[in-house]
Amino acid sequence: MNPPLLSARGLGVDFGLPGGRVARAVDGVDLDVASGEIVALAGESGCGKTTLARALLGLERATRGTIAFGGEPLRYSGRALKSYRRDVQLILQDPSGALNPRHTVYDAVAEGLRIHRIADKETERVAEALSRAGLRPPEKFFSSYPHELSGGQRQRAVIAGALVLRPNVIIADEPVASLDASVRGEILALLLRLRDEMDLGALVITHDLGLAWSIADRIAIMYLGRIVEQGPVERVLTDPQHPYTRALVSVLPDSPLPEPMILSGELPDAARIPSGCRFRPRCRAYASGSASAVAGDCEGADPGPLPSEASAHRVACHLHRVERGAEP
Amino acid sequence: MTLLQIRDLNVVYHGSRGAVPAVRGVDLALEAGRTLGIAGESGCGKSTLAMAVLRLLPRSATVSGEILLSGEDVLTMGWGRLRAVRWAGASIVFQGAMHSLNAVQRIGPQIAEPILVHENVTKAVANRRAAELLEMVGLPASHARGYPHELSGGQRQRVMIAMALACDPDLIVADEATTALDVMVQAQVLELITGLVAERGVGLVMISHDLSVLSATCDRIAVMYAGRVVELGAARELFAHARHPYSAALGSAFPIIGDAASRRRPGGLAGDPPDPADPPPGCSFGPRCPAAVAECAEAEPALLALPGEAGRRSACFVAQSGGAVRGETRGAVR
Repeated sequence: MNPPLLSARGLGVDFGLPGGRVARAVDGVDLDVASGEIVALAGESGCGKTTLARALLGLERATRGTIAFGGEPLRYSGRALKSYRRDVQLILQDPSGALNPRHTVYDAVAEGLRIHRIADKETERVAEALSRAGLRPPEKFFSSYPHELSGGQRQRAVIAGALVLRPNVIIADEPVASLDASVRGEILALLLRLRDEMDLGALVITHDLGLAWSIADRIAIMYLGRIVEQGPVERVLTDPQHPYTRALVSVLPDSPLPEPMILSGELPDAARIPSGCRFRPRCRAYASGSASAVAGDCEGADPGPLPSEASAHRVACHLHRVERGAEP
Repeated sequence: MTLLQIRDLNVVYHGSRGAVPAVRGVDLALEAGRTLGIAGESGCGKSTLAMAVLRLLPRSATVSGEILLSGEDVLTMGWGRLRAVRWAGASIVFQGAMHSLNAVQRIGPQIAEPILVHENVTKAVANRRAAELLEMVGLPASHARGYPHELSGGQRQRVMIAMALACDPDLIVADEATTALDVMVQAQVLELITGLVAERGVGLVMISHDLSVLSATCDRIAVMYAGRVVELGAARELFAHARHPYSAALGSAFPIIGDAASRRRPGGLAGDPPDPADPPPGCSFGPRCPAAVAECAEAEPALLALPGEAGRRSACFVAQSGGAVRGETRGAVR
């Protein structure tokens, strides 16, 4: 395994709310992305996954903790951020919104080069990015406008725009959620190919565990601002350990788990994080009494942020700690 | 009597690009207490089909064929009868609850409105029914005094279901009713819908692009492509063992976790659906089909029963002659 290229340690992002309340959107996250590795960050709406991505991109300033790229801590000066964004690129969910309808595909892809004042071989660079993103022959797409492309082609154009600066890491926020089902596979196959051909690292944010199964090497499950389980995809998804991950996997059609566990209620407010274990109010193991041996811990002790460790399977759950004799 | 019987339904939109066929010769049937899934992607005609069932299409659409709701043709009903049938005979749950609910009206009166229109009851009775409906869909009755913006997406979708049930319809059409929801909330809403179908014996037509959700919730599935039903069969078998190359490709877009065959091999399909105003000659799936043979470019295959496969129909020459459609067998079927 390569050393992590992008890493977060103890990352926290707070938002001030009216009345002086504070929402802890991201509340103590350790996360690593190595080159040539696809990491999936999964969780429900409101769990903080998009805020975490924005913080990793320097779009949101971390309230606590550190972000490092290639071992160097991220600095927030204009110049430092600009050079950082050559290395770490963002791909958004909806390609129709990400592309200016009055710019041609060529202009959309070349924009990054122009911002970074890279003038030499512009045409060649744009053509290379387009063909890497699967728009071939690239010249055919130079003068196309977004409305002339299909949804899948538009997302490829957005990906080409991210690739043109030859980044080391891409952060993709629900990259296929707005695409038709039959087109999704092609875009996911493209991300896998970029990982292999360019040794690109990727953080893919998704609510779709099937997508993680299709392409990711590791997965982190996020609940209410924290990563509650993290590890290799094969282990986390086929043998989930945290009660929350177990519930998420159990409700999938054709789940590897026998019984669907439908959690009641919804994600609590990030301004009122439950005391003790933050998942306790919705936890089946706690409610059913099967966690009675550790109930005191569930009520009174926060299982704490999960340390990130390449290829280890980590679970932030008191019950799991006791049952498996695992390290906290 | 069959609850819903659709015979040779054709819908053509007339716009600036001339006549655009959206639904072409669809035949479907649904019995009371059963669920039929309609799968397909944007533009395949599935939502047009849903709207046609309640005659909600714009004037620019011409509709032909028959839509029999408990034996009565919706397409030839007078306006008075149609008004009576909407809500009480059949109702629709749409995808975007935020756009379907009135943002400046409290929730209780919105649910009570169809009851007041359809039944000769007092406001107090209708409001009481609205409160009961909210509890039936798992929301506290106190939400009747709230506004839509005060609810989460999942709660709003529950309100839409409560409205659809308000006049005790025989048929519910759910058009991508859970698509915008998170997995856990989707599971909650699906459990609610299927529970209500079983309890009250209503018929459910569930429309979605997500073949895996349909296979887990429905009895039968019809897969639509370019305005036609291209495959029809029992839900589980169709998802696990598709007999049309399009269904196979659509199914492989939803990997089964734990299935080694789909690990790091995202399934999909090159190309895009055809432009309905300018369809390709022969089979409309031909240009994207990995299994196409020469015959496919010449004529459009009809939806025919496959010999030896009970209840399965496929509109594919290759499947009809007993050939294999690529990727037709998925990993372990649980």
